[in-house]
Amino acid sequence: MITFLQNVLDALSLGSLYALTALGIGLIFGVLKLINFAHGDFITFGAYALIIPSSADVAQVLVGGWSWELLIPTVCIAVIAIALASDYLVFRPLRGASPPTLMAASFALSYVIQNAIMVIYGARPKSVNLWPVLGDQTHVGPLTIPNLNLVTIAVTLALMVGMTIVLRRTSVGIQMRAAAEDFRMARYLGVRADLVIGLAFVISGALAAVAALLLVAQTGSLTQTMGQPIALFAFIATVVGGMGSLAGAVVGGFVIGAIVIMFQAYLPPDLRAFRDAFAFAFVILVLVAKPSGLLRAKGLVERV
Amino acid sequence: MSDARSAAVAFLRAAWTPAALVAALLAVVVVASALGAEGGQVAITEMLIRVVVVIGIYVFAGNSGILSFGHIGFMCIGAYAAGWAACDPEWKGLMLTGLPAFLAEHRYPMPVAVLGSAALGGVAATLFGMAITRLSGIAASIATFAFLVIVNSVYANWDTVTAGTSSMVGIPAVVGPWTSLLFAAIAIVVAYLFQISGYGLMLRASRDDAVAAASSGVDIRRLRLIAFGVSGAIVGAAGGVYAHFLGILTTDTFYLDLTFITIAMLIIGGIGSLTGAVVGVLFITLVIEVLRALEAGVTIGGAAIALPHGAQEVGLGVLMALVLIFRPQGIMGGQEVPSPFPPAGSGRLRAGRIPESENGKFVEPVR
Repeated sequence: MITFLQNVLDALSLGSLYALTALGIGLIFGVLKLINFAHGDFITFGAYALIIPSSADVAQVLVGGWSWELLIPTVCIAVIAIALASDYLVFRPLRGASPPTLMAASFALSYVIQNAIMVIYGARPKSVNLWPVLGDQTHVGPLTIPNLNLVTIAVTLALMVGMTIVLRRTSVGIQMRAAAEDFRMARYLGVRADLVIGLAFVISGALAAVAALLLVAQTGSLTQTMGQPIALFAFIATVVGGMGSLAGAVVGGFVIGAIVIMFQAYLPPDLRAFRDAFAFAFVILVLVAKPSGLLRAKGLVERV
Repeated sequence: MSDARSAAVAFLRAAWTPAALVAALLAVVVVASALGAEGGQVAITEMLIRVVVVIGIYVFAGNSGILSFGHIGFMCIGAYAAGWAACDPEWKGLMLTGLPAFLAEHRYPMPVAVLGSAALGGVAATLFGMAITRLSGIAASIATFAFLVIVNSVYANWDTVTAGTSSMVGIPAVVGPWTSLLFAAIAIVVAYLFQISGYGLMLRASRDDAVAAASSGVDIRRLRLIAFGVSGAIVGAAGGVYAHFLGILTTDTFYLDLTFITIAMLIIGGIGSLTGAVVGVLFITLVIEVLRALEAGVTIGGAAIALPHGAQEVGLGVLMALVLIFRPQGIMGGQEVPSPFPPAGSGRLRAGRIPESENGKFVEPVR
């Protein structure tokens, strides 16, 4: 029972990371119908923003050494800047292009960011010790919980609540939801496209920055491909949850996190190496049973 | 007389595109051999194998309008299938204890091994295709990514069958420019025959307007599945040929980098036509070779210039983004090689341009 609870906490923590990422991907998809493959590289960029650009083997921490009140906004601003720059340089010229074209463009963008980071920082992994206090553990009764898991879950919940309030209560949030539902109709009714799209990239970038910090705190190392696996799982999460549904992206993220952790815990030991294969195969089975995902989004079925 | 003549013209008309493409590749091989550049043979062979891969992806993605990021998974499956067939039985007995007897105890020649690769690639694609053809276009694209991850994870960890954590060695490296040219020619002919067949035409119709095609009685799901199977078999065969070119296999070869390069080739050449697929491979190979040379360093007017390591990839990515922005239909714009035998009245042989809306799902109707 205790191990099961422990696993549930692990699943919640991993699911939080996937949910944050899937939400960032889902927001952009909702507004632009763009599957942003570069989201994982936004995360990587956020992590690299902690150190001084150089190809030396030992990382010199700059932003990473600041106090958290200063560090978090700085990394957020850095990632938001690259997200907005990506939109301006790549996606804005492609407004109105078909979803497969947009997807291919974001694939190219991802490749460019990843390799540009390699050109600037060198190919070797670097180690960064961010917030060592999070490595400690808290004991609650018989449970041993890494502080990082608690922080991850708490931060995710806070961001979800915050986003729900923004999306439901503020004017700009309601405009975003309207745009996600039917972009053309929303524009007819006076929603400013640039504002909504820009805001989607800002929020998506901020979510990527938070994911980056949680990831660095967890792994303590930087590589050019560090964001990729998370983004891959998050893509699958958006499909499982139901493409175009923001709640679906979050639910999908937690579902994938739970699947991965439970496979890790309960598969026979010699099959554990195949955990990811089982997780993804399971996801494909879910999709065969429910092709439009767990939460079906409105307004995505083409009407003739 | 006139019957024979018109039959000959009809044949020329039908055979023009594949013949022209094969001739172009032949010319590249001949010129490269004549120049005898160091390492040229290797680069040409790799390029021709990539022609097979990209054509394989094109058979599904080009005809159906659904981008696939998972085809390198079929290449991995095909390559390892060829490895199982062609490795030294002694080594297999030692390292790959999980293989069935007919593979573990025998060694098969390259053509048999490659046939096996194509068969396994085709079967895997058909099975996986049954799942993804149920999804909408864009969700299907993401699901193909899931497939790539599954294949990579399984092949990297299944030690008794793939020597996952180490690598599979001792496959006879018998493939050179001429053998790979033969396979490229076969791929071109197969892809072209598929594209002008009833299946190909109906699938293209569904790509251009899914609703109209479905209401004309086109069974889109079934056609997508057939195309997926055929394209999986072609890419699987390419994997088998690649195994006989490399002689040594690791799963890292068949992952995101190769996926990116092949997708970039297809999109930059033009996803809407077979010619686009071939032109894309030729063009991007040239670009990569030039950037690689620049990374190694060149001397211009006494000044040595060398791009930093990784500049090749950045350049390729920027090029792909630029093509998507300024020429979204790619270099060929969905057209085949211009033919000197214009079709008389029949539009049967002309591959249409892809309209702006490639796959009906999320595209708003143009009014």
